[in-house]
Amino acid sequence: MYTKLYRGLRKMAKNDLQGSLDLLVLKTLLQRGELHGYGIVVHIQRASDELLRVEEGSLYPALHRMEQSGWISAAWAQTETGRKAKYYKLTSAGRKQLQEAERNFEHLVKGVRAILRYA
Amino acid sequence: MSLLRRIGNVLSRSKMDREIDAEVQAHIEMRIEDNLAEGMPLEQARRDALIRFGSPTSTKERVTGMDAALTLESVWADIRFACRQLMRNPGFAVTAIVVLALGMGACVTIFAFVDAALIKPLPYSDPSRLVSVFESNTLGPQFHLSYLDYLDFKRLNHVFSSLDVYEGSNLFLTTPAATEHVLGARVSDGLLRTLGVKPVLGRDFYAGEDLPKAPQTVLLSYETWQSRYGGRKDVLGQTVILNSTAYTVVGVLPAEFHFAPVSAAEFWFTLHSPMSEDRGGHGLVGVARLKDGVAAKTASAEIANIMAQLASQYPDADQGRGSTVLPLPEVIVGNLRPILLVLLCGAALLLLIACVNVASLLVLRSESRRREIAVRGALGASHARLLRQFMTEGLLLVAGSTALGIGGATVAMRLMLRLVPAGMLAGMPFLHGMGMNERVSAFATVVALMACAACTLAPALRLYRAGRGLGMQADLSEGSRGSAGTLWRRLGSNLVLVELTAAVVLLSCAGLLGKSFYRLLHTDLGFAPDHLAVLRVAPSKLKYTTDPSIVVLAQRLVERARSLPGVESAGICSEPPLSDGDGSSNFTVAGRPQVGPPPEVTVRQMDPAFSPTVGTRLLRGRLFRDSDDATHPPVMMINKALARRYFAGEDAIGKHIVFVGSKTQKEIVGVLDDIKEGPLDVATKPVLYEPFQQDPWNWFYLVVRTSNAEQSVLPTLKTAVHDVDPTISTFGEETMSERLHNSQAAYLHRASAWLVGGFAAVALLLGVVGLYGVIAYSVSQRTREIGVRMALGAQRGSVYALVMKEAAWITALGIVAGIVCSIGTAMLMRKLLFGTQPWDAPTLAAVAALLGAFALLASFIPARRAASVNPVDALRSD
Repeated sequence: MYTKLYRGLRKMAKNDLQGSLDLLVLKTLLQRGELHGYGIVVHIQRASDELLRVEEGSLYPALHRMEQSGWISAAWAQTETGRKAKYYKLTSAGRKQLQEAERNFEHLVKGVRAILRYA
Repeated sequence: MSLLRRIGNVLSRSKMDREIDAEVQAHIEMRIEDNLAEGMPLEQARRDALIRFGSPTSTKERVTGMDAALTLESVWADIRFACRQLMRNPGFAVTAIVVLALGMGACVTIFAFVDAALIKPLPYSDPSRLVSVFESNTLGPQFHLSYLDYLDFKRLNHVFSSLDVYEGSNLFLTTPAATEHVLGARVSDGLLRTLGVKPVLGRDFYAGEDLPKAPQTVLLSYETWQSRYGGRKDVLGQTVILNSTAYTVVGVLPAEFHFAPVSAAEFWFTLHSPMSEDRGGHGLVGVARLKDGVAAKTASAEIANIMAQLASQYPDADQGRGSTVLPLPEVIVGNLRPILLVLLCGAALLLLIACVNVASLLVLRSESRRREIAVRGALGASHARLLRQFMTEGLLLVAGSTALGIGGATVAMRLMLRLVPAGMLAGMPFLHGMGMNERVSAFATVVALMACAACTLAPALRLYRAGRGLGMQADLSEGSRGSAGTLWRRLGSNLVLVELTAAVVLLSCAGLLGKSFYRLLHTDLGFAPDHLAVLRVAPSKLKYTTDPSIVVLAQRLVERARSLPGVESAGICSEPPLSDGDGSSNFTVAGRPQVGPPPEVTVRQMDPAFSPTVGTRLLRGRLFRDSDDATHPPVMMINKALARRYFAGEDAIGKHIVFVGSKTQKEIVGVLDDIKEGPLDVATKPVLYEPFQQDPWNWFYLVVRTSNAEQSVLPTLKTAVHDVDPTISTFGEETMSERLHNSQAAYLHRASAWLVGGFAAVALLLGVVGLYGVIAYSVSQRTREIGVRMALGAQRGSVYALVMKEAAWITALGIVAGIVCSIGTAMLMRKLLFGTQPWDAPTLAAVAALLGAFALLASFIPARRAASVNPVDALRSD
């Protein structure tokens, strides 16, 4: 248990920002299916009750990296307003990755919470 | 494959840039739309969208940067993984790297020589338009021009834009300290312009500077300028004393300039002297530049026409002479081409064997890792990913061996250059500055890429087969046995067959070359070359002006040399044996009607003591006597070749010889067995011998036979000459065995025999190791089968037979294929063989026996292991 937590922490610490952004993006795509970059930003903001704001410029490098890693796939399509946009979709590898990221996050939260509660 | 796509992304930046731009643009516009929907004014909506997004340029850069980072990361991961895999089995890694490095190093080294001699253009402008012009005579196609013939060629031809002449020259440089023997070149005034070479300092000879009335001027080679004058600019106008004549330095030749026909000439001066201005005196070689659009063949035909015209005009001097026009590069490097090409082919074969060996090692290794591959495949590693990992391993091996091979090649080049005798290296100035230049590097790159292909393709093929569905499951369930085993055995034995065939070819070539070399050194020289030392003696022309004075001096030198400790006998000759065969005259036989032009033969002078000293064999008549001097009737000896050619079926003794242009009849008193003249690998031409006392030469050789080591007598010999007269210049001291072993023919034969021999030894080793690998693998695959056979009563002998039969088949096939190929190869390199036929049976039989013996050994070890299998264990395994 200790080692697992430690591993989780280390992973989160190392890729803290990137890791949580990945988690948010992957989860968003799981919940919403196909979505373009702007849609992801808006979704994260709304779903977190305006608590989380994704830095918009950082989103695209992350999307590109995840696409290259095979976690998500992308295709150009029309938006409702008739604009062309690049839509992202979760792949099966992405689903696995999401599970892993969620697990790591749970460990982190549990661990941090345990420390906060320690009397 | 994502790696390829990413590399593609990095390469096709512009397409990707446009896509990112479009995406970012869409994002910003969607934000503006939403802002407008919330009721913002247009301007504010736009500004808010831009501020929220941040810099689109930086975003774009970060997106594209991601590709490079990801690529590096995954390549790095592959490299680390491959390193770990290789480190786990260092024996394999080291073997593979060393084997490949050997092949690559050999190829690159030989190629550097090929490049320096055959590819790198000669340092003249447009060297392919330059030709050499020779006269031909009954002795051969490449003989000298006379000065007057040169002038006529120059005047009458329409095919050359310019024609000039040169000759190599021995000079004596007088410095305040001493008089020193140096090499020079005597040239017509336009030679450098014909070659297209401009001095780096000072001026070229001007037109007319080669006439007798022009002042005596000299150009220095760059090395001479540097070593004798410290590269000082004020060298221009200085005076140099050469052969007791004062010359003014007018220029310095460029550093990269060389002209092999005059060896390492230090001083370049013009013709001047009227000595050679006689149509019968031949001493010059022509160099010409072809006019635009004129082919060498056309030029050759035109010069032949002019020569025929001259021959009818001046029958005394030119009758029977023809002409030869050859491309200049051919004349300079032509004799090296066959040997270098053979060596390059040998090195290429070695590389082939090395690649095959390493490829089969890699396949064998991937066989033993089948379970690992299957497991990783089952865990989701994609096919491409696995392939990439194997290829990375191959690439790492090749990278390692490339580094080692190129490093080795650089060292080998220097070593081999150092092994070339200095005198010979001076005759091959194009080898200077040989090294890893851009052409050699490009070649090394191609070799490395080919090695990469071999080392990555083999495991890739293996994986491809495994990928066809059945493979992986089978591998998982059965571990290391099954259909793949048979496949590898078949593929493996084919690869080994290639190796063995190549090894046989290399071994046969090495054998044939070695035998040629042996034959060459043991060719009948017509004298005993051991315990002989020679020294060239050049008395000053100013001091010894008359023939009798030279005869007296020669006599005194011989007597002085004879009195030296350890010297058994001493003699005089104009040219010692194993010379280039130059120095010829035309003759007729008195009382015999001359049909056609009078033949031209080599003429040599010797004193009566020369024959006993070197140990010539008298076939008929008598040797020269002390009484054969100026006061007695002129006599001659001839060699066997001359007797056979010009006195066929009659007795030459008592016949009289008359030189063209002279009235004196000289009686033939003896016939000598042929004393080797000219290159060792060319039959001796007809030679006439005159007594030194009747026709003395200003420069001559002192030859001594010693009772102890001949090397030790050289310094005392030199001192002895200076004891007689300190003004005499001496040079060219060497022992006869040095002359023999350092002759170009001997050197080239020796070098090729040793190098190909070395290649062959490595090839044999690799081939046999390859065979061992295949047989050992086959045995390990058949352990259970062998166990069953033994359990059913098979004897150990039959197990031996079972295993060794497999090896014998491959070996026999390899030997047969190899012998057939080697006869073909040897036919192609026939030029390099001396006294040995390409199908020389003893050599081929020895090669077959050698390979057979090694193959037997290689298969005996696994066979013994197979025979000692315990049937119970074998059946229980798994």
